[in-house]
Amino acid sequence: MARSQKFSIQKHHIGTHLVLILAVIISIVPFLWMILTSFKTYEESIRIPLTVWPAQWNLVNYITVWNKFPFLNFYFNTFFVMVVVIIGELIISSMAAYAFARLNFPFKNAIFIFCLSLMMVPSQIFLIPQYDLMVKAGLNDTLIALILPRLFNVFSVFMLRQFFLTLPRELDDAAKIDGCGFFGIYYQILLPLLKPALVSVAILSGLSTWKDLLWPLIVNNSMEKYTLSAGLALLIGEHTTIYPHVMAGSFLAVWPMILLYFLAQKQFVEGIAFSGIKG
Amino acid sequence: MAIKNTFIKKTARKEARTGYLMIAPLMIGLLIFSVRSFFVNFYYSFTNKSAFGNPKFIGFANYEKLFHSDKFYAALENTFLYVLLCVPFVIAISLLLAVLLNKGINLTGFYRTLIFIPAVTMPAAIGLIWKWILNYEFGLLNAIIRLLGGQPQAWLSDPNYVLLSVSAVLIWADVSLRMIVFLAGLQNIPKSLYEAAEIDGANNRTKFFKITLPMLSPTIFFVTLMEIIGVFQIFDFIYLMIPMNSSGMPAARSLVSYFYEEAFVRNNRGYGSAITVILFIIIFIITMIQMKLQKKWVFTES
Repeated sequence: MARSQKFSIQKHHIGTHLVLILAVIISIVPFLWMILTSFKTYEESIRIPLTVWPAQWNLVNYITVWNKFPFLNFYFNTFFVMVVVIIGELIISSMAAYAFARLNFPFKNAIFIFCLSLMMVPSQIFLIPQYDLMVKAGLNDTLIALILPRLFNVFSVFMLRQFFLTLPRELDDAAKIDGCGFFGIYYQILLPLLKPALVSVAILSGLSTWKDLLWPLIVNNSMEKYTLSAGLALLIGEHTTIYPHVMAGSFLAVWPMILLYFLAQKQFVEGIAFSGIKG
Repeated sequence: MAIKNTFIKKTARKEARTGYLMIAPLMIGLLIFSVRSFFVNFYYSFTNKSAFGNPKFIGFANYEKLFHSDKFYAALENTFLYVLLCVPFVIAISLLLAVLLNKGINLTGFYRTLIFIPAVTMPAAIGLIWKWILNYEFGLLNAIIRLLGGQPQAWLSDPNYVLLSVSAVLIWADVSLRMIVFLAGLQNIPKSLYEAAEIDGANNRTKFFKITLPMLSPTIFFVTLMEIIGVFQIFDFIYLMIPMNSSGMPAARSLVSYFYEEAFVRNNRGYGSAITVILFIIIFIITMIQMKLQKKWVFTES
C-alpha cells in the first residue's frame, strides 16, 4: 500500500516535469531562434529547407545594425529615463502614500478615492492632450517628455499605502514622543522599514518604462531621442526586411534587462508578485 | 485643559498641512497630466482637431462618423475577440504553471527562471521575434509544419489566421507575468489547510477545488481584471507584426491600433479622441461589472 502510493506520487511528478519542460521550451525557443538568426547571413536565413545553425558565427549583422542605428543613444535614453522615473516616482509616491496612510487632513478619503478612480482610465485617453502639452512647452523630442508624465503613478501610491498600513502605529507614537515631526517619521522611521516594497515598486516602474512603446513613439521623432523599444520599430523597414539584422537589433535591445533579471531574480519575482497584492 | 486643546488643535493643523504638502507633488502632476488631459481629450472628441490649426467645435460629428464606420466596428469586434480569446488562456495556463511550480519538485527554480524571461522582454522585441517565426516563406513555424507534412499558412497576412496569431503571441507574453502573481498567491495559502484536508482523506482534485481555488479567488479576480483591461488596450504586437496596409490588418486592427492610425498617422486627432472615449466607456463598464461580481463570488476569510 505504502509502496504503491509512493510510486503514484512519483509518476505524478513525471507529468509535472513534462508540462514544465514543454513550457520552458515554448518560452525560450523564440529567444534561441533570435540569437541563431542574428548570426546567419541573409542567404542562410532564407534557405529552404531551413538551416538551424549558422555556418559561421560572425558579428557582421551586429556591426551593421550598430552602425545603422544610434544604439548608444537608445541605451543611454532608455536607462536615463528609467533611472530618473524610478527615483522620482519613488519619492512622489512614497510621500503621498505616507500621507494617505498616516496623516489626517480634510477630504483625505475623497482625494484618495478620486486618485484610485484614475486607475480605471485607459492611458490612451491622455495621449493627445499630453502630446499637445509637450509641444506647447517645447519639450517634444526630449528625454524630459519621456520622464514627466510617468512620475505620477497612482498604482504605486496605492501599493505603498498598503505597506505603510502594515507598519505598527507604535513606531509613529514613539518617534513623536522623541520630538520627531510628521515628515521625520516618514523619512527616518518608516521609509527604511519599507525598503522591500520600494524595491518592488522600483522594479515595476522600471519594467513598465522599459516596455513602453506608444508614448516614446509619439512624442519623440528624431532617432537620437528614441528608447530601445521605439528604436526597434525602426528596424522593420518599409520595403525589404533583412531578418538577421532585425534579430541582431532585437538581441541588442533585450539582453540588458534579461541580464539584470538573472542578477536580481528574487527582487524581480517579488516585484511582479507585489503587483498582484490587493487591499 | 484649554492649553491642551489648543495644543491638539495646533498639531492637527500641522498634520493637515504636512499631509497636503506631501500629496502636493502627486496631485499637481495628476491634475496636469491626467485630469486635465482627460477633459481636454473629451472636448477634442467634439472638434475637428488635426495636427495644426485651432480645433473647431463640431458637436457629435466624430461619434456619428465612428458609428457609421465599418473600420471602427471591425476594430471593436477584433478587440472583443482578443479579450475573449486571450484572457481565458492566459489565466488558465498561468494558473496551471503556478500550481505545478508550487509543488516544490526538483528543478522548480530552473523552470521558473526560464519561463519568466518573456516577462522582462519589451513587447517591441517580442513582436519582431514572432514576426520572424511566423513569416510565411522562411519562418520557423511553417518550417516545422512542412516537416510534419502540414500546410504552411500566412499567419500574419491571412485574415483567417492573423487574429489567432496575435493572440497566441500575447498569451505567450502574458502567461509568464501572471504566473508569478499566482505563484505568490499560492504561497500565501496556509499549509495547515492542506494538511487538515489530507487527514480527512482529500485527493489532489478536491484539494484544488475546495482549498486552492477559493483561497486564490481574490488574486484570480484581480489578475483577470488586469488582464482584461490590458488586452482591451492591445497595440504593441499588432503595430510591430502587421504593417498598416497588410491584407491581415483589417482582421487584426484593435481599437488602440485604430486610434493610433487616425490620431497620429492621419492626424485626425478629434476623431482619435472619440475612439479613446469609447474605449474608456467600455473599460469603465467592465470594471464596474467585475467589481459587482467580485462582491458576489470572491471568497473572503472573515
